[in-house]
Formats: sequence, C-alpha cells, structure tokens
Amino acid sequence: MSARLLEGVSRRGIALLAVLLAVLLAVPWIANDYLLTVLIIALYSAYTGQAWNVMMGFAGQLSLGHAIYVGLGAYAAAALYVHFGIAPWLGLAAAIAIAVACGAIIGFLAFRFGVGGVYFAILTIAFAEFARIGFDHFQWVGASSGFFLPVANYTRNDLWNLRGDPTMFYYVMLALTVAAFALCHVLLKSRIGYYWLAIREDEIAARSLGIDTFRYKMYAAVLSAGMTAVAGVFFAFYYNNLFPEQVFHISRSIELILGPIIGGIGTLFGPLIGAFLLTSLSEAMQELLSALGFDAPGVKQVFYGLCLLVVVIALPGGVWPWLAGKLHVTRRDP
Amino acid sequence: MTALLSVEGVSKRFRGLLAVDKVTFQVARGSIFAVIGPNGAGKTTLFNIIAGMFAPDRGSVAFAGERIEALAPDEICRRGIGRTFQLVRPFPALTVEDNVVIGAMLRRHDPAGARRHAHEVLARLDLFGKRHQPASALTLPDRKRLEVARALATDPKLLLLDEVMAGLRPAETDRMVSALTQLNREFGLTILLIEHVMRAVMALAARVLVLHHGAAIAEGAPEAVVREPAVIQSYLGAEAVE
Amino acid sequence: MAAEIYLNVAVSGLLTGLVYGLMAVGLSVIFGVVRVVNFAHGEMMTVAMYLAIALFNSLGLDPLVMAVPVAGALFALGYVMQAGLINPFITRPEYSQFMLLIAVAIIIVNVLLIVFGPDARNVQTSYAFDSFLLGPLIIDATKVYAGGATLVITAALFAFFRFAPLGKAIRACADNYTGALVVGLNVKRLYALTFGLGAACVGAAGSILVLLVDVTPALGPALTLLAFIIVITGGLGSMVGAVLGGLLIGFTEAMAGLFFTPSAKSMFSFGLLVLVLLFRPQGILGKRVL
Repeated sequence: MSARLLEGVSRRGIALLAVLLAVLLAVPWIANDYLLTVLIIALYSAYTGQAWNVMMGFAGQLSLGHAIYVGLGAYAAAALYVHFGIAPWLGLAAAIAIAVACGAIIGFLAFRFGVGGVYFAILTIAFAEFARIGFDHFQWVGASSGFFLPVANYTRNDLWNLRGDPTMFYYVMLALTVAAFALCHVLLKSRIGYYWLAIREDEIAARSLGIDTFRYKMYAAVLSAGMTAVAGVFFAFYYNNLFPEQVFHISRSIELILGPIIGGIGTLFGPLIGAFLLTSLSEAMQELLSALGFDAPGVKQVFYGLCLLVVVIALPGGVWPWLAGKLHVTRRDP
Repeated sequence: MTALLSVEGVSKRFRGLLAVDKVTFQVARGSIFAVIGPNGAGKTTLFNIIAGMFAPDRGSVAFAGERIEALAPDEICRRGIGRTFQLVRPFPALTVEDNVVIGAMLRRHDPAGARRHAHEVLARLDLFGKRHQPASALTLPDRKRLEVARALATDPKLLLLDEVMAGLRPAETDRMVSALTQLNREFGLTILLIEHVMRAVMALAARVLVLHHGAAIAEGAPEAVVREPAVIQSYLGAEAVE
Repeated sequence: MAAEIYLNVAVSGLLTGLVYGLMAVGLSVIFGVVRVVNFAHGEMMTVAMYLAIALFNSLGLDPLVMAVPVAGALFALGYVMQAGLINPFITRPEYSQFMLLIAVAIIIVNVLLIVFGPDARNVQTSYAFDSFLLGPLIIDATKVYAGGATLVITAALFAFFRFAPLGKAIRACADNYTGALVVGLNVKRLYALTFGLGAACVGAAGSILVLLVDVTPALGPALTLLAFIIVITGGLGSMVGAVLGGLLIGFTEAMAGLFFTPSAKSMFSFGLLVLVLLFRPQGILGKRVL
C-alpha cells in the first residue's frame, strides 16, 4: 500500500512532502489561535477543492453547483445530531449516502442524456439553487431562520461528537485532507484513474478502447459528491450554524473551485497549492486593507476575482504545473 | 470459410444522402480484407457502423456469429473489435506509453501487467524508444503507429484500420505493411482496412471490396478487382475505360 | 380565486417576461455569433441598472428615456470586453472561457457591492402608481410602458439583423466563420460589435427593468442564471426563441408565485430547465442540436 502511495513521486518530491507534513503536524504548538483558524480554512478549501477536482480534473465535467453536496452533508449530519443525538461519525454515513444519491441523479441526467459543457454547468447551478430555495422552506431543519448545533463549554475535546477547541478541528481537517490526497493519488495510479484521464482527453477515443464512459463518469460524479459531503459534516460541526442562503449559495460553489483552478485542474497538488495561496494572500491582503482603512465587504471577493483572472489569462494550466516545472519535483505526475 | 465478420444488407441514410447502400460482404477469420473506393464512397461510414458509432437503418452486422449492429462502441471493443480513426485521436497530454497502457487495461486490470503488455506492443510497432514522450509531440507517422498500437493493446480478434497509410512516405508505408503482415501471420489477427494507398492494398489484402456511392461494385482478389471496368470508371471516369 | 386575478398576474408576468426576453436576446446574439458563453451577462445587466438609477437620481430623467444612453454605455463596455479580453479565448478550451467570464462576473458584483452597498435600490417615477384599466385587467402603468419600450427596442433589433448591411454581415459570421473571413469581413471587429450589441440589449433591458424590480449586487448572478434558462428553453441561436422563452418564464414565474409562495417561483424555472435539457435540448426554436 505504501509502495503504491509513493509510486511515481520523485525522491525530491517525497522529501518535500515529508517536510510539509511535519510542519503541518507541528502547527498547533507554534501558531496562535488566529493562524490556526486560517489554516483550518486553507485545509478545508484544499479538501473541497480536491473533491471537486475529481469531477472536473479527472472526468472533465464542470460543476458550478458543488455547494449542494456540502449543504446536503452538513444538514444531514446536523439534523441527525440535533434531533436524534447521533454522533457525526455515524451521521457521516447518512450525509454521504444522500450526497451520493444526489450526485448520481445529476450525473445520470447529464451523462445519459448527453448534457455537457455549459449546459451541464447551468444544470448544476440550477440544482444548487433549487436546494437553496428548498431548504429555505424546510422547517425540520430551521428553514431560512437557520439551524443551530448546541455549543456548550466543554472542558475537554470530544472527538466523537466533534465538540472541542480549534486544535482538535485542525487535526481532523488535516487528517481528512491528507486522506483525500492519498486516495486520489492511489486512484490516479490505478485503472480507474487511467480511464478517467482517457475520458478527459478524448471521450470518443476512450470508448473505442472499450471504456464504458458513462460508468466511469458516474464513478467520478458520485465519489466527488461523497467526498464533498464529508466536508459538509465538518462545516456543520465547526461553525455550528447553517443557513440555506449561505450554505447553498452560488458564491460557495465558486469559492470552492477557485483553489483547484488557480492551483491547477486535474493535478494532484493543484488544489492544495491553490487553497494555500488564496487563503494566505487574502488574509494578508485583508490585514493590509484594514490597516489602510479600506475594510469593506466585497473587497476580498474582488481580490479573488482578480487572482482568477490573472491565472486564467497568464497561467492557464494553473500555478502548480508551472511551479513543479521550476522545482523539478515531478516525473510523470498527471 | 469461417466468417469472423459478416455484414448483411447494411444501409445508412443521412438526411438526403444514402451513404451506404445494401452492402454485403464477409471477412474470413485470419484474413486481411480491404475496402477501397473513391472519396465519399461511404467507406468510413461503413466502418463507423461496424464499430458501433451509429446503427444502420437496415441490415445486420455479425461478429463471431453474434449480432452487434445495435451495440455501443465500448461494448464492441470488449467483444474483440479494435479500431483506429481516420483523423488520429491520441490522448495528447499523456505519454505514448500511457496511451497504450489505457488500451491494454481492457484485458489486464492491474497497471503493472498492462504496462508489460503495452511495452510488448510498443516494441512490435517500433515505438518503445519513444514511450516517455507526450503523444502530442509525435510526428504523424508515429501517431498513426501509436493509434494502431493502442488499438492492438486491447487484444482484438478483428482490427479495423481507417486509412492508416495516409500521409506516410513509401518507406514508412512498407514498415507499417510488414508490421501488419507479421501480426496477421503470427497471431492470426484478422484485419479489415480502408485504404487509398494501392501499394499497401496489393501487398496486404487477400480480398478487396470496392464501394462507389455507398454501394458495392466489385469484390474479389485485388489483382482482378483493379482491372474491372466498373472499378476503373469509378476512380477515373467513364472516358478512362474506353 | 377569481379569474381576474389569474389574468392580471398572467399579464403582469408576460410584460415582465418581455424585458427578460430582451436581456436573453442579448445573450443569444452573443452566443450565437461569437460563441462565447457570457457568464457575466446578468452582472452586466446590474451595472446597467445601477447606471440608470444613478442617472435618474442625478439628472431626474426617466429610465425609459435613459435606455438609449445606458445601452450606449453598455455597448462600449461590451465592445472593449470582447476586443480587449475575450478575443484570445475563443480558441481556448471551453472551461477557460467560463472561468474568464466568471472572474469578470465576480469582480463586477463585488465592485458594485463596494460602491453601492448591499441595500436594495429602485426608481420611483411620477407614474409609479398609475394603472390602466382594460376590462377585468388592472395593469401597472410602469409595466405597460416597460413592455412597450421593450417591444420597440426588440423590433428595432430584429430589423437591424434583417435589413441593415452590418446586421447581415454579423449573421454571416454566425453562419459560417470561414466563409465570412474569405469574403473579407473583419471578423474580429464584427465580434466586438456583436458583443457590444448584446451588451447594449442588456443595457436597455436593465434600464427598463429598474422600473419593475429592486436592484442589489446579488441580482447579477440570479439574472445570469435566468438569462441562460430563457435562452436554453427558447432555443440557443434563435432571437425569437429568446423572446418566447422570456415570455414563457415570465408567465411561469408569475403563476408559480400565485399558486405557491413567491420565493419558490424560481424552482419552476429550474424544473423547466431540467425538462428542456433532457427532452428537447435544442429548446423550442433552437436550430443547433446539442
């Protein structure tokens, strides 16, 4: 297993990864609470970006409504916890199941009926909007007034119920992110990964080689949905409040994809690089603007938009492929 | 004769154009069969029907005794028919090796086994040395060989080649011809090819079918077929026959 | 409920739908000719709306009259966008284009947020509370004027594409790009002009819509989605389809708001979209099959 995990990564790459992991593990001891929360956001972005990347980068389908899976996962686990006292690690199963079903429906509609490109993107936006409005009227989970998880003062961390201090959440998110990357790396090196690449490159040629493109696109859609739902569960238990207007909003879907696009679609480390770049730059920029007295809502998003614009125009493959070339890190990584 | 492929009365119309007109022929197991004819004769459409890209309006296609005209392209490949495209379609961002590995993975699910088989196929088509290059960096003749290698890696019983010699210089044509002849002799690979390059057709094919305006106008041994008046007329016009 | 109420709501919906239709015509023109998916379409419309409000507040001119200069301003914006930013992306992969315009959309929405703030704004004209009585119908004067202005503008647009040499040149570009090049048409300039025209549609529609709907920066993405739904339903590449789609959506949303809660009315548009994408992807009048 560890041999497969490290296959195709050069020695330099492994060394860099080890250093990175060591640093990330040590962070809670050397950083203050503020930095910790920033890193949690960065890791969350990296994780959700990687989950989205499975669908876009691997199966070639542009989803602009991925927030629906975050929302479904969040509400599922939160509802089970608040109404039935079911712990999030069990609620996870329900969250994933619901998101997978939704992903399967969207995937089926799209792939069976040949809905692709911009039409597929619009379809995903419509589904997310449908969920947003639907949940606005869903009384059992608070409708538009919001759904709240009970927060009390805990003397110690409760990992089972995900109640605790930022350090606990940090390690949970770190573990999730590492797991996501490991999973994607293993998948990419296996038959399913190769088939995904083939479908992304040329679907007609892929079919002529015996690849059942419908089935493999469904795998990507469903895996992407399930992975994103896990992030939703984390979201619910970390922020402790859910509002349909925020959770399902198209801005969430767009934020989700900024990391992987800027970092590099279809690459393994693109989402990670993109997430960390965006988070650190935006935090730095906000500090700067606050100091200059420019603190207005929307400034951060303008910055994101400009980053996206610059990357799309100047570095169409994303930052990671460009960076990897400079660092001579990869040999044959996709 | 054991027919591996049996095409019976296949017709296909696109709006106003009758692209394929009641074509019937059989390809014997282990033989090399060529389909020739002027441009627009319906050859690629016929191929696409056999390969499952679309279904015929009329008629049937049978492979190893089973009807396949209603099957999807990937199912047809799984049954044992491999194909190349007239305008080659490599996976541009992937290496030559990975291109063929993807083909090999049809029958070998593990990447290591698939890679071993891919190496064998690449060696056979003289591409082993270039296996780490991205497919987009290859010259046209190499891309054609890659296309054949990739299809070959799926272990087909029947290989459909669509104008695989087009754009090749005579020396490259000869290389391709000898590679295909070897595959046919050593492994009994049945080959159905569309071809314009007569040099290759004469060297390879045991039997030739001539299409004109979608219909079959001649069938038989290559030397005989190219002398038939109807065939000459279709290529060169009525005046040439006098 | 009495039949008059249905009728009133239906007519009201149709009139609003006309304005949405003009917005969608702009998108249809842009996509049909330049083959660019303008994800910033609704955001451009909100720019027009804010511009109309600003002009109304400072000059006191009626937005219906302002439709012309606002359209002009948006024309310039569209022209510059196409010529300066979008042109190189025509040959790039699809998702690159999307990302470019999404980036533009994000920037527009948030700049508007910074400049104008999140509160809703609208325009109160002198005839805001008038209405016309036509048998059982009681129609807002604003809606009638808005619908009328839209019809005039749309008719002018159709005439342009039908009869004006420039309009015909643009249609030629759409039908056959290479042919247009061969005949000597300056395709780049025509593309920029077309994008400008599409933007001008949005400018006019936005200026008119300000009379009917409150504007916030967040309206942008909602309008973009609506424009796409209309265009997909009505048929990509068909201007008449865009108008019909607009009428259909306006009607559906109004009736849905009547039968269910108003906040749920867009759910029906989404349902319609899904049905169209599955069963008739080319839309009602579409020429190109998906």
